[in-house]
Amino acid sequence: MSSATQIDLAKLAKRIRKHCVRMTGTANASHVGGSLSAADLLAAVYGRALRYDPQNPQWADRDRFIMSKGHACSALYAVLAESGYFPVERLETFYQNGSPLAGHVMHKNVPGVELSTGSLGHGLPVATGMALAAKRDGRPSRIFCLISDGECDEGSVWEAALFAPHHKLDNLVVLVDYNKIQSLGAVREVIDLDPLADKWRAFGWAVRELDGHDVSAVEQAVTQVPFETGRPSCIVAHTVKGKGVSYMENKLLWHYRAPMGEDMTKALAELDGQP
Amino acid sequence: MRTAFIKELFELAKQDERIVLVVGDLGFGVVTPFMEQLPKQFINAGVAEQNMTGLAAGMALSGKIALTYSIANFPTLRCLEHVRNDVCYHNANVKIVSVGGGFTYGAMGATHHAVEDIAVMRSLPNLVVVAPGDPVEARAATRAIIAYPGPCYLRLGKAGEPVVHQSRFEFELGKAIRMREGKDVTLMSTGGILLNVVRAADLLAKEGIQTRLLSMHTVKPLDAEAVLAAARETEAIFTVEEHSVLGGLGSAVAEVLAEADGVKVPFKRIGLPSAFSPHIGSQEYMQERHGLTGEGIAKTVMASLRTTAGKLN
Repeated sequence: MSSATQIDLAKLAKRIRKHCVRMTGTANASHVGGSLSAADLLAAVYGRALRYDPQNPQWADRDRFIMSKGHACSALYAVLAESGYFPVERLETFYQNGSPLAGHVMHKNVPGVELSTGSLGHGLPVATGMALAAKRDGRPSRIFCLISDGECDEGSVWEAALFAPHHKLDNLVVLVDYNKIQSLGAVREVIDLDPLADKWRAFGWAVRELDGHDVSAVEQAVTQVPFETGRPSCIVAHTVKGKGVSYMENKLLWHYRAPMGEDMTKALAELDGQP
Repeated sequence: MRTAFIKELFELAKQDERIVLVVGDLGFGVVTPFMEQLPKQFINAGVAEQNMTGLAAGMALSGKIALTYSIANFPTLRCLEHVRNDVCYHNANVKIVSVGGGFTYGAMGATHHAVEDIAVMRSLPNLVVVAPGDPVEARAATRAIIAYPGPCYLRLGKAGEPVVHQSRFEFELGKAIRMREGKDVTLMSTGGILLNVVRAADLLAKEGIQTRLLSMHTVKPLDAEAVLAAARETEAIFTVEEHSVLGGLGSAVAEVLAEADGVKVPFKRIGLPSAFSPHIGSQEYMQERHGLTGEGIAKTVMASLRTTAGKLN
């Protein structure tokens, strides 16, 4: 891999982060922290792995991306706009009256969104159904599904986690954005998930654990799936909530607070100063 | 009804490989031929109704006609939000099939009494709600929901119910079947209670009361025209269902009547109170305890007509 490609992905991730800050700050919307933690993952998936055609969003053989942590929608909308599904200017309507860009991922009138989410624990079962349909039809489609760590509290995640390896769905990839902070506190204090990678392994997934902000590591992982033939792949990405904005990093507050006014200026300046 | 459904589905699935049956580890002996002969169109999701529903939605969003299949409240209430968000909001071509509507599993206890399902499912946008009255309707309903390109809920009874329809009829989603014509009262029935409603109509006839009998197999969309015609053309309307009187057929009919201009017709919902049944027993026993046998229904109608007559005098 050339260093040029790494820089490209880093730049895409940076643009995603700036969109997230502007969107949530302008709209006074929550969830910037969990959007920033997922930015590098989204950049690598859309920038390298996913086979899609923005001119033909319903192309049957496309890969599909399911954003199961629907509250981090600003990051998805940003990468969809950056990938050519709709004009970047539309992001300015985020969370506004009459906009299609709701505060959770909604598919209505948003090209490129495969599934509306916002209630946690829905994405992986649907992604699993898509993977199964592709297998049975002999289509090359792969399904990538991004879930949050807090979401792993949901039983339905583990229902799908049991099902997919049993059916050898190696066209299914789950990425866990393990930023260690959920709605009311640190994950290890709310419902400890550790050892998380071992849990997925025990369920029969081929697992890689990596630094979710090391774009080249993420790039490598998402382009090397399936990690094992006959098994679904799981990427446990260790991330930082609020990554990229110093005053947000690892702060529960930024699960909720919107970066408005001075906060937004400071955040954008910090992001601009990064490579 | 269960047998009629699976036989019809099997025939349809042989012709259309888009059809996939996703079961929640239930259907022993029932789904076996389907499972063995159409393995590529069969999935056992295990005891995991949320995943079963999500799987079906994902497959439907990939071009399949996906059916979820389980018993009593498991494919509906257990995974309700998955039905709402994944299936209904996406208008995914999923058919939710439940065997054991009402007191089919009466002896199994309150967990297995499916008596709020119609109310709950009827409240979900985009969802067609169908409760056939006998095996012939169940077969026709199966064909109709597979042909319909959107989410449906099919509420079935058990296996081995008698055929109630003695003459040929046209089955159309959203259209009531008029089984008997009479000018005194209208009895509207949904689901497996149909046989008892026919018996009630027979008993009423002996008392000189002529019944218009409507099989309202589709609770949503409701055949409002049939309701309004009954209000205009007969003297009283009774709805009958093996389901809570809250939110089911009775409520759906009441909503139409209450908002219609110039309609004034005596009306009563015959069904179950909003309560966990204190009884355990066979479907027939449960029907008897809850006034839903032919005799019980006829008695309620007669009593209600006497009260109405008293009021009018």
